[in-house]
Amino acid sequence: MATDNTMKVNLKVWRQADSKAKGEFKLYENVETTPDTSFLETLDILNETLVEKGEEPIVFDHDCREGICGMCSLFINGHPHGPAQGATTCQLYMRRFKDGETITVEPWRSAAFPVIKDLMVNRNAFDQIQQAGGYVSFNCGGAQDANAIPISKVDADEAMDSATCIGCGACVAACKNGSAMLFVSAKVSQFALLPQGRVEAVKRVKSMVAKMDELGFGNCTNTRACEAECPKCISISNIARMNREFICAKFKD
Amino acid sequence: MWLIDSSIGRKVIMSVTGLFLVLFLIFHMSMNVTAIFSGETYNDICGFLGANWYALAGTMVLAAGVVLHIVFAFILSYRNYKARPIGYSTQKNQKEVELASQNMLVLGLIILLGLGLHLSHFWAKMQLPEILGTTPAYEGEFTNGAELIKITFSNLGICVGYIAWFFVIWFHLTHGIWSAFQSTGLDNKVWFPRLKMCANILSTIIFLGFTAVVVAGYLQSN
Ligand code: HEM
Ligand code: SF4
Ligand code: FES
Repeated sequence: MATDNTMKVNLKVWRQADSKAKGEFKLYENVETTPDTSFLETLDILNETLVEKGEEPIVFDHDCREGICGMCSLFINGHPHGPAQGATTCQLYMRRFKDGETITVEPWRSAAFPVIKDLMVNRNAFDQIQQAGGYVSFNCGGAQDANAIPISKVDADEAMDSATCIGCGACVAACKNGSAMLFVSAKVSQFALLPQGRVEAVKRVKSMVAKMDELGFGNCTNTRACEAECPKCISISNIARMNREFICAKFKD
Repeated sequence: MWLIDSSIGRKVIMSVTGLFLVLFLIFHMSMNVTAIFSGETYNDICGFLGANWYALAGTMVLAAGVVLHIVFAFILSYRNYKARPIGYSTQKNQKEVELASQNMLVLGLIILLGLGLHLSHFWAKMQLPEILGTTPAYEGEFTNGAELIKITFSNLGICVGYIAWFFVIWFHLTHGIWSAFQSTGLDNKVWFPRLKMCANILSTIIFLGFTAVVVAGYLQSN
């Protein structure tokens, strides 16, 4: 490897033994990496040196490492998923940082996402919201013809945009109120926009919002921090749609 | 009751009371502006709004709106604090995030403080004594609002204080007005930039209208 293609960074990482421990930042100096190494790979490199020294490796969530599963998290230098917009942490490369820079890495902070260990938080609350209504019920039978229900391109595109939400929770992490409105509204919208989803639309929005409130997420104050930090650029127009759906559903009661 | 026990319902109360207060501000500002041109017209309007049943009913509804808005501001802010009890050591906001939207409670509390002073300057010297049936010490003590404007704003410090207060209201409303539409679901991708523009224009008109009266009051009394 050419020497001019290596860089060193200092990683200031939140370490917390378990959900009850107090936790503190720990500084790891001069971690060697390259501009073309991903951020998670740099953490892997650091972890390897920690394991070699007999120390506990840093625990963090990840899975696909290609921006589609929603497993990775991390609050890096003041932003969920790091400084790059429209990208997940697993798609963040070290060329975004300067040689010798100190990078601060924190877990996501929200009462509904408790820290499990180090940088890993429990996002099970999102699964519970999904289970409350984020689906369409199907009766068994032969598969329908793909074009049996015509859907306009505009609606299909809009529904697809909402469906790109990967459930990572960066919206909650970014929001000063720990509000899950962007996530829930994306999930409500992806069905509300399609005729197949309309059948259960009223029940869905009521139960998903009720679950969200029950799990202790905050109230939306329309700061737009979620939209700005969402790796999938989900728009707050989804939140307006969900508000509309919810208010109409309640007036129908 | 969903308006009280759901997050979206509580926001509906916030936005409906907020928009109601905005309508009141527009009315109040329009009425004040007449004082710049004719103290008589202004006093006539004040005359309609004395201790009669419709003015009292209006005052009650307005007070209820203010109280609801404030009570829910505290309920929402408390719940939001509980939802994010531990902050970050490094959080940075993206440029899309407005300062006002992050500080609505603080802005609201400053508005409340100003409101207390404002009520003591005007309401306590006009409608309140009328309601209480106090006998005026001289002709027009409680009814000459135009004169009271000049007396109050002859003091430069008070003028500066009022204009600063209007600025805080302006700030609250640049976010509040479009946010109220978003909270009630009356927003989408096309209307978002339009609503934001309307919020800026309307809050600026409200700011300029109120400020003009203060400036005119100062100039006319000095
Ligand atoms: C001149 C009087 C006032 C007007 C016209 C006004 C107007 C508004 C409007 C239109 C909103 C937007 C509602 C929404 O986002 O759905 C709002 C939000 C808010 N107001 Fe006021 N307001 C006033 C006074 C106050 C006072 C006295 C307080 C507090 C002590 C306050 C605290 C808040 C808070 C905390 C929010 C944000 C609520 C949230 O987004 O959850 N306001 N206001
Ligand atoms: S809305 Fe965006 S930030 Fe929130 S969970 Fe979905 S993809 Fe992640
Ligand atoms: S690891 Fe799957 S999205 Fe980042």
